[in-house]
Amino acid sequence: MSQKKIELWVGLFVISAGLSLAILAFSVAGLSFKGEGSSYTLNASFSNIGGLKVRAPIKVGGVVVGRVEEITLDVQSYMAVVRLSMFENKGSYPETSSLSILTSGLLGEQYIGITPGFIDDDIEMLADGDTIEDTKSALVLEDLIGQFIYSLNKDD
Amino acid sequence: MITSFISHVGQTSLTFVHLIGRACLMLWLTLFGKPHRKLFPLFIQQLFQLGILSLPIILTSGLFIGMVLSFQGYYVLVDYAAEQSLGSLSALSLLRELGPVVAALLFAGRAGSSLTAEIGLMQSTEQIASMEMMAVSPYKRVLAPRLIAGIVALPLLTLLFNVMAIWGGYLIGVSWLGVDSGAYWSVMQGSVDYVPDVLNGVLKSVIFAIIITWVALYNGYYAVPTARGISLSTTKTVVISSLLALAMDFVLTALMFGA
Repeated sequence: MSQKKIELWVGLFVISAGLSLAILAFSVAGLSFKGEGSSYTLNASFSNIGGLKVRAPIKVGGVVVGRVEEITLDVQSYMAVVRLSMFENKGSYPETSSLSILTSGLLGEQYIGITPGFIDDDIEMLADGDTIEDTKSALVLEDLIGQFIYSLNKDD
Repeated sequence: MITSFISHVGQTSLTFVHLIGRACLMLWLTLFGKPHRKLFPLFIQQLFQLGILSLPIILTSGLFIGMVLSFQGYYVLVDYAAEQSLGSLSALSLLRELGPVVAALLFAGRAGSSLTAEIGLMQSTEQIASMEMMAVSPYKRVLAPRLIAGIVALPLLTLLFNVMAIWGGYLIGVSWLGVDSGAYWSVMQGSVDYVPDVLNGVLKSVIFAIIITWVALYNGYYAVPTARGISLSTTKTVVISSLLALAMDFVLTALMFGA
């Protein structure tokens, strides 16, 4: 086979491999050029975060509006401190908003849900570095079952 | 009795150190120093030999492996009403493990063995010795283009294998078994990440490519120049490079996904 023909085939091979990398990136991994934009940071402390992990989503009404950035333990109060990275293009929330740790489905991953609070004249919007005071801990299934069994026994 | 055992251990370790030294020296002489002046055309020719001619086996096995994976995954997942996750199951297992490893094993069988046989035959017909006579370095003229072409070809083949296998999985999962097409792609996109899954798979196949081509070139270059010797070297190439690639895969998986 002539050198010209070999070069043609090799070129086709390399281009098709490049195309498949693009398919894997955009169609399989769901990569997008937009990215997640700039973000601001909020803090919240929970008494129990259950199985929450770093990079877990933060949702309002099911829409992802941010990600968990860091989870640490406050050694003075023994509370789990969660740093949230909120997307700036998804708006800001009043300081009366509350956070709760929820589970997607019965056995799914845990995420943080924001319930937006009311807005009034003297209520400010949460900005970079603020702390959300109103938090609800994760629901621990074992505790719930324990309470259920305990309440059954009491009726006897 | 005991002294012969100890001397046997000594002999084995000396042979092993000798082998490692020779292999590293060969790699050094191949890669460093002034390259052959026609390196690029030779490289293109070898990329054709190693890459394009391996395409049929890589693409068909990719298609069938994706189809089988989809079948088996479906029958387990459907018991838990989780057949929507079929896309993420097949894409993750292909991108992280099956793609790089199966493509590497096929490459060792298809391209590694032919490299060893070709260079072994050059050695036995004294083509390599006559190159040295003409002051042409066989490392630069024969080994370097093949080594570089092997390292470039396998990652490209792995990418094509992955795309083919995911398409095969889609065919079976969506068109035959009736998984919803939108759920197939969206669950897959939700669970596959670009850098940790796609690029780590490519990195794995680059490392497998280095191992396989290195072993193949070494076995060919140092083959005993007889018919029996070349056949032994070819077998050794396939066995040793497959085993090394699988062992390396365990180490890489522990490093990449273990933490």
